[in-house]
Amino acid sequence: MNTLFGKAKEEAKPITPKSVDEYPEAPVSLGITLVNFTGDWRTFMPVIDESKCVKCYICWKYCPEPAIYIKEDGFVAIDYDYCKGCGICANECPTKAITMVREEK
Amino acid sequence: MEIPEEVKKRLTIPFEENFFAGHTACQGCGASLGLRYVLKAYGRKTIVVIPACCSTIIAGPWPYSALNANLFHTAFATTGAVISGIEAGLKALGYKVKGEDGIMVVGWAGDGGTADIGLQALSGFIERGHDAVYIMYDNEAYMNTGIQRSSSTPYGAWTTNTPGGKRHLLEKRHKKKVIDIVIAHRIPYAATASVAYPEDFIRKLKKAQKIPGPSFIQLFAPCPTGWRAPTDKSIEIARLAVQTAYFPLFEYENGKYKINMPNPKKEPKPIEEFLKLQGRFKYMTKEDVEALQKWVLEEWERLKKLAEVFG
Repeated sequence: MNTLFGKAKEEAKPITPKSVDEYPEAPVSLGITLVNFTGDWRTFMPVIDESKCVKCYICWKYCPEPAIYIKEDGFVAIDYDYCKGCGICANECPTKAITMVREEK
Repeated sequence: MEIPEEVKKRLTIPFEENFFAGHTACQGCGASLGLRYVLKAYGRKTIVVIPACCSTIIAGPWPYSALNANLFHTAFATTGAVISGIEAGLKALGYKVKGEDGIMVVGWAGDGGTADIGLQALSGFIERGHDAVYIMYDNEAYMNTGIQRSSSTPYGAWTTNTPGGKRHLLEKRHKKKVIDIVIAHRIPYAATASVAYPEDFIRKLKKAQKIPGPSFIQLFAPCPTGWRAPTDKSIEIARLAVQTAYFPLFEYENGKYKINMPNPKKEPKPIEEFLKLQGRFKYMTKEDVEALQKWVLEEWERLKKLAEVFG
């Protein structure tokens, strides 16, 4: 899978203890938050125009999720499963290659 | 995932990602971005200690964790004490702590957990000289519990305790300079950083890793929710805070001050540019803005003189 976390995202499974015996004795972490798809928080979604992208990776640098990843051809792409739609990437993009579009579901 | 070498060369910050997506920070959160940079700089061989603050929530609801490193949740006032204890314990077990290939012990606390509640634990940690790094991410109020004022809240800001209006006052006290309290301990390394300048922040983190003894970094981390600002403007606000000299970036190393940003030879931008992007400052009168501008310039002059004398 061509995303930022690749295999880790595929392997992450939700943990739901069914009885009290399945709980650990101490409060320890059992999994990673990649199971938590925060993409449905979004109202506006960023859309990348590759013809304007100059591969500066400023959007990748400032993404607080991180939901922006670099593809093998050097362009950036967004993992919409996690993008919360904050719009920092569109605001920081020097060539305005990223636009925020209202998402209809 | 692998990317071509020529792309890797163009990146200005490390490529390795140790902070998982799917964490529960608000949109446009500066603190989550800061935590991402810390884990980029230090890698997996890190123990992060988080007291009660926004980052407790950001690190994930049980049983999940957003950090690809060791994480220790602790009580509000004890960040300094817990990183001291973990460092002493690791040393007693014979591990190498701090330095190029050592284990990094990092305290990651908010401004309430550093400037108000955790101040004595921080002071004790620096005074005893433990080999750990304490990072205060400064979002200028108690954001996790619903935007109450802390001693790090600036003059004229709206918070839920200082709502303004006819019967209440806005915040009428200036921001506490925690970095000056830390420098008064004659700490080996202290610095201020901003999420808008990640290269500078990661350079300071790497420097803190190399210098033996305690290190302290104050990180400016905007909070769009609590500052009543648009979520896409958080980096812009952090950048303007530096350019207006409201939050200048400097380092204190072995008794010497060094100003990184803004340029001390140039006049900083007027404070209005920083204020107008944020809803929390919209109740300020003209006199309030003048009072804040005067304080900012006074502090900036003071810092420039310190850098001149102890440069």
